[in-house]
Amino acid sequence: MIHFVLLISRQGKVRLTKWYSPYTQKERTKVIRELSGMILSRGPKLCNFLEWRGLKVVYKRYASLYFCMCVDADDNELETLEIIHHFVEILDRYFGNVCELDLIFNFHKAYYILDEVLIAGELQETSKKSVARVIAAQDTLIEHAKEQSNSLSNIIAQATK
Amino acid sequence: MALSGMRGLSVFISDVRNCQNKEQERVRVDKELANIRTRFKNERGLSVYEKKKYVWKMLYIYMLGYDVDFGHMETVQLISAPKYAEKQVGYIVTSCLLNENHDFLRLVINTVRNDIIGRNETFQCLALTMVGNVGGREFSESLAPDVQKLLISNSCRPLVRKKAALCLLRLYRKNPDVVNVDGWSERMVQLLDERDLGVLTAVMSLLVALVANTPHAYWNCVPKCVRTLERLTRGQDIPQEYTYYGIPSPWLQVKTMRVLQYFPKIDDPTIRKSLLDVLQRILLGTDVVKNVNKNNASHAVLFEALALVMHLDADKEMMSQCVVLLGKFISVREPNIRYLGLENMTRILLVADVADSIKKHQSQIITSLKDPDISIRRRSLDLLYGMCDVSNAKDIVEELLQYLTTADFGIREELALKAAILSEKFAPDLSWYVDVILQLIEKAGDFVSDDIWYRVVQFVTNNDDLQVHAAAKALDYLDKPAVHETMVKVSGYILGEYSHLLARRPGCSPRDIFHILNDKFPAVTTPTKALLLSACVKIMMHCQPPDPELVDQVVAVFRRYESSVDAEVQQRAVEFLALARKGTAFVDIMAEMPKFPERQSPLLKKAEDTDGDASEVSATKIRQQQMQQEQNSTALVVADPQPANGGLHPVSVPKTAAPARHSEQAVTSETPQDSKSFPPSQSQAHSNGGTPQQAPGHTPGSASADLLSDLVGPLSLEAPPPVASTSSSDLLALEAPPTPTAAAATPADSLALALLDSAPTQVQPLGNVSEWFKELTLKDSGVLYEDPYVQIGLKAEWRNAQGRIVLFVGNKHTGPLTNVKSSVLPPPHLRMQSAVVPENIPPRAQVQVPVDVACLSASRETAVLEFSFNVGHAPVSVQLKLPTSLNKFLQVAPVSANEFVARWRALGGPPSKLQEVVRGVRPMPLAEMANLFIRLHIGVANGLDPNVNNVVAATTFYSGTAATLCLVRVETDPSDRTQMRLTVASEDPNTTYELKEFIKEQVMDIPFPGQSPQAATVTPATIPLTGPAAALAGLI
Repeated sequence: MIHFVLLISRQGKVRLTKWYSPYTQKERTKVIRELSGMILSRGPKLCNFLEWRGLKVVYKRYASLYFCMCVDADDNELETLEIIHHFVEILDRYFGNVCELDLIFNFHKAYYILDEVLIAGELQETSKKSVARVIAAQDTLIEHAKEQSNSLSNIIAQATK
Repeated sequence: MALSGMRGLSVFISDVRNCQNKEQERVRVDKELANIRTRFKNERGLSVYEKKKYVWKMLYIYMLGYDVDFGHMETVQLISAPKYAEKQVGYIVTSCLLNENHDFLRLVINTVRNDIIGRNETFQCLALTMVGNVGGREFSESLAPDVQKLLISNSCRPLVRKKAALCLLRLYRKNPDVVNVDGWSERMVQLLDERDLGVLTAVMSLLVALVANTPHAYWNCVPKCVRTLERLTRGQDIPQEYTYYGIPSPWLQVKTMRVLQYFPKIDDPTIRKSLLDVLQRILLGTDVVKNVNKNNASHAVLFEALALVMHLDADKEMMSQCVVLLGKFISVREPNIRYLGLENMTRILLVADVADSIKKHQSQIITSLKDPDISIRRRSLDLLYGMCDVSNAKDIVEELLQYLTTADFGIREELALKAAILSEKFAPDLSWYVDVILQLIEKAGDFVSDDIWYRVVQFVTNNDDLQVHAAAKALDYLDKPAVHETMVKVSGYILGEYSHLLARRPGCSPRDIFHILNDKFPAVTTPTKALLLSACVKIMMHCQPPDPELVDQVVAVFRRYESSVDAEVQQRAVEFLALARKGTAFVDIMAEMPKFPERQSPLLKKAEDTDGDASEVSATKIRQQQMQQEQNSTALVVADPQPANGGLHPVSVPKTAAPARHSEQAVTSETPQDSKSFPPSQSQAHSNGGTPQQAPGHTPGSASADLLSDLVGPLSLEAPPPVASTSSSDLLALEAPPTPTAAAATPADSLALALLDSAPTQVQPLGNVSEWFKELTLKDSGVLYEDPYVQIGLKAEWRNAQGRIVLFVGNKHTGPLTNVKSSVLPPPHLRMQSAVVPENIPPRAQVQVPVDVACLSASRETAVLEFSFNVGHAPVSVQLKLPTSLNKFLQVAPVSANEFVARWRALGGPPSKLQEVVRGVRPMPLAEMANLFIRLHIGVANGLDPNVNNVVAATTFYSGTAATLCLVRVETDPSDRTQMRLTVASEDPNTTYELKEFIKEQVMDIPFPGQSPQAATVTPATIPLTGPAAALAGLI
């Protein structure tokens, strides 16, 4: 299973974290510090796997962002690597040529999307189309709610004028 | 975008982004937290929009690594909101902010449940996602049945059902009892017919976990899995959206093959055949393509297929096909594929007989050892380690040594250890082994543990033809500038013992060697100084006829350290000075060390232990273990000219190899046991040293002897102790107080020595010593030892890290027991102090010997009591383990369920939490196991674990001033009581490990051998009894 997902920028800044195994906040900070030190210092032509504390970290760099997933030592590494890519493709499709800034300012969106791709550290949906449909439906629901509340406050505003 | 409206959030994020440094960021974050806190306080005026905004901000701050210890209530409340937009925020932030043990989760359990069983599909999805991501025992208990219903419901859409499957997986991981195996396996078979591939993927993940736990219950899923795999690989009926770069869902393929690896065996010939056909197709049909992602995906499938082929134990042809493939992979440039090629080659080596074909790739693998990528170097090192055998050990070890010089720090320790293990395991000849270890010390001295160089000394001592070679090598290394301290130790020792064998070579005169050693003094630590002193005295002794100039120089060295602040160094210097005046007797005392008894290599043992420590249940791992058991140990066997010591083996004492004595203080107390281990050398010593004419010179009152006997309490002589005991009179005085060996001082000795060859008599204990010891582990009073002459009872009191043992030594005999001596040998983790026993115990009398114990750290070792006495003139000596076992320093810890669970979670994984599947457990009902735990002072918490087959317990371990809470969980299998899964957790890794091993020892079924080590230690004392004495003993 995937124990956690980390998105770290080239400068070592945290962009997204999701923990599927229980770690305390203290441990999380330590893990991030340790891993970003190890991963960021690796050259570009090395393999995408890193053995770490009896587990394996599979990572890939997309532009200025490193996507990392930590899996059990006997999990299939290439499979995990393609889960990362699958997630990136979905983000890309959603944001339209996704960049680091999109994820910084819409980290909550990234959480919604991740929740449609992974649950409990396991891959949930392998069809990009299906994920896109669900996210679009969610967005409509929220927009809808917003319009409703807007119109409601308009009504109230007008009534109290 | 949907959230563009949340301006405050964007502003905050860009503020944080614009911070120049960590300090500024903290200030900004603190300001925001203060703001949120005040806003939450007067909640009335808070709009829904603001609430959402603040909760998102909190999550952002938390994600950056800051502690957020408020606002949880507000977050959780959002879950209960009626609208989707708020609920969604509530669910997502809760699942990130709170972990599974958080109390607030209990507050929402009802809302969550209502969302799950309600009609609103979007709410169902949110609730299932949150529960699946957070998990937790309480969720697991109260929600599992509802989640199960959703998964098998016909009316739910795939979207809900796939989430339900993964949610159930999470709950199952937390508590396997949520799935009732009986009915569920049928359900799983039905679920495998699922048409929606998203649901099928989720179901397959669930199945992996189910099968991994109870493979036998899910046999009926095998045919369906094979069919799914066939369908996928043929690409039949796969919707376009479920192909990934043209490959039908590679993830589902991988998962399906993973499930199949958890079934122990697939016997059905038709299913097996169709499965092998599919695998064959994958092996042959995967080509390297240009697109990276397509390539990765197809190779993910290929490597999983390889793993499955290995698991299925396919025929030879298919295996060699795999090896060919892997051989190709390890030589490609693409680093991922190369990494996986190396990794899988190591795996295949463990399950199939392919070593010869893999050896063909040796040079390629060695190239990877020099790869710039540490991940690849690690794999390559592992593979070289795995493929090493007698035929290629020389090449591989030499490669490793060469690499060691350039290897970076992260890998050096492992590298050094592996090289040491391989060289010992597969050495074609011993001189090569010695060379390798010396090189290893030279290149990576910091990583060469003492065990390793002790082993070298052991081999050199036991093999006469090795000594010249070793001495010459040692001299070469020591002559270099800047020598590692470990090198000084091992070389110093070897030169002290054997440099005289080199005396005729140029530059190897005793004087030259002494100068080399002498130069090392300033740079080394005290224990090494002590060792060098001994080496000097030996060199001086070997120099015959004596070289006055050398003697002067050596004596000058001793004088220099005569007043050293270190007791050990000072003592040696003083003793050696005194001994140097002893003339010929000196030569006997400083005679060569006797041969060592055969010991198991601590290194190989360590290697075996780490290999066997696999707690995973993966099928390949189990296979590996079987293979390892089948392999005969090829460990080096030393030709030992000595006869097996009549079944006498010293009780395990806190030392691994004899050279350890250099650094240990209480050395004399060890000597009796050594002397027992070496009957031949001992007899020799007696015959050349113990002539009666020396006895009259025995004047213990003489000034020098007095001085010395005070100083020399724990005497540390390099020479075998028996020699010392029979040499000149002053020495006898020196040695007498602490050693039973001094029994030799009685006049009977000369008699005994005259007839040395007769068979020894033995005093047998009246029962099983180890049984007694085991009893005493569980209770605090009882018999420690009994034979026809003496009974030793024991009573103990324990309080936290302290304890007091009182030994009741009773003379059962009609004559007095004379020359009674007892000494306690504490292991390194205990501090012990014992009272002195009176030298004579009158008939039918009993004396009490109090022993105080303080525990400093956790260890399973126990203290040893050496007890000796004379019956008439017949000396008897025994070594008894004292029940200072780990559990004596434990106290039942009453822990509430919450506290237990919280602690348990907090102690994440190894090394604080260790798990092991223990096999060969003595079958016992749970109540009995609970009882055993209570007797071991481990408090069983009833009802904490809902599974009735589990035992959960807590205890506090006391050491020094520390108290460590230790948690224990035992999961038993009602259908197989001979195995259990044991998990131990505590904050201190060492305590965790020791406690785990201790419990293991206690529950394992270890039959008492007739001649257990303890029983065997009852021996005819240090001096074998001789004809007349034996006859005398018989009369008594």
